[in-house]
Amino acid sequence: MADTITVNGTAYPMPDDPRVSLLDFLRQHIGLTGTKKGCDHGQCGACTVIVNGIRINSCLTLAAMHDGDSVTTIEGLGTPEEPSALQRAFLEHDGFQCGYCTPGQICSATAMLEELAADWPSDASESLEGRIAISGEEIRERMSGNLCRCGAYANIVAAIEEVAGGGRS
Amino acid sequence: MRPFQYTRAPSLAEASDMTAGEDTLAIAGGTNLLDLMKLQVETPGQLADINRLGIADVEDTDDGGLRLGALATNTETAVHQRVRADYPVLSRAILAGATQQLRNKATNGGNLCQRTRCFYFTNIDQPCNKREPGTGCGAIDGIAKLHAVLGTSDQCIATYPGDMAVALSALGATVQISGDKGERSVPVRDFHLLPGDTPWIENVLEAGEIITGITLPPPVGGTQIYRKVRERSSYAFALVSVAAIVELKDGKFSRADLAFGGLAHKPWHDPRVGEALLGQPPSDALFDKAANILLEDARGFGENDFKIPLTRRTLHAVLVQATEKAA
Repeated sequence: MADTITVNGTAYPMPDDPRVSLLDFLRQHIGLTGTKKGCDHGQCGACTVIVNGIRINSCLTLAAMHDGDSVTTIEGLGTPEEPSALQRAFLEHDGFQCGYCTPGQICSATAMLEELAADWPSDASESLEGRIAISGEEIRERMSGNLCRCGAYANIVAAIEEVAGGGRS
Repeated sequence: MRPFQYTRAPSLAEASDMTAGEDTLAIAGGTNLLDLMKLQVETPGQLADINRLGIADVEDTDDGGLRLGALATNTETAVHQRVRADYPVLSRAILAGATQQLRNKATNGGNLCQRTRCFYFTNIDQPCNKREPGTGCGAIDGIAKLHAVLGTSDQCIATYPGDMAVALSALGATVQISGDKGERSVPVRDFHLLPGDTPWIENVLEAGEIITGITLPPPVGGTQIYRKVRERSSYAFALVSVAAIVELKDGKFSRADLAFGGLAHKPWHDPRVGEALLGQPPSDALFDKAANILLEDARGFGENDFKIPLTRRTLHAVLVQATEKAA
């Protein structure tokens, strides 16, 4: 049993108190405050991070359950100087207003692109088989776990659509 | 959250021993349990983490069916090639529930055990016979929009909230359970219980018993549909849902396996509904007859009265869609 949890490539010791959520571990214990706490009940998606390549709500899992796991947060996706394709697209499309939901939106969308590449179907998919046709409807369904109180949805979808479309030929 | 001890169960047998005690709960994906612990609806003294017990595989069974590991995630199950090809109603039901983030963490076993989303159950300042036996039911004369219209009791009108189990019920799946008395299998249709006088007992699991898997029978084909009606088009619990596996032969129903979500304390399966359709050609009158049988004993509680006509219309729409596709 590993006694560390790896976040953005750096190993950190596990917290002592089992009550610590992965979200609180990131924000309070190791100072990575890019990941946001919205509802703390898995309803808003602001806390979305990528664990072993899969996006999850970091508020609804205990840090203690993640020894040996590899976590990617918004801080691990890009830098102001070298943003990821999605980070750049969110800037170009004005995919936010207050920005509070944005780290969760971008982490979620980053993992979603992998799900699309693997042709995982969604509730919006016409067929369960074959290649997924990228559309606004697909993106909205796949991103329904990330709320934006400012209502920047149109621009969020446009930003994701640009990157998703660019990745498919 | 109240303080608790966290222990990783080293084996299934030890997980059973641990959870046989009243104060210990098993944790898998945790998406429902941790939410309830934050609300102090659940206050276990110990959590037994069963995540690394090696019961997460999805594998073929000897008879051509499929066994879904209890700890396989909802996502792993919904996107599994065989589930998509042979049990599409199950993929569709899972994909209609929650969000991708939640489905990525939620497990099949946990999904079966998830608790109701009744507002009175999740608010510890409210009366609830399920959470605190003897305190009464706030929903019966209160906010009951999401609540049950079938199989209710004067103690509880909560619904089972899930989608996956509704499809499993239509498919006739079985649940594998392990405990100190050994292994047993229970049909999904018998796994969940009606509230009766003991609404806090939601399923047949006894102390120390843990779900290890769900077995799907060999594929039956047919037209498979999961239709979920909800208040917004994504990420909402069902007001009414219908899982249907339908086949027509010579213009008449040769298969009609139907199960319903959002109506009761369990996924609702009334064999008389499908039987009424068998051997008959599809018609509006026949669909009405099936709905009449289904809703014979339905009873609303004011705010949820709409569910009765909504169920009738949803069943009708599903049967129209299924017979057009099957014809």
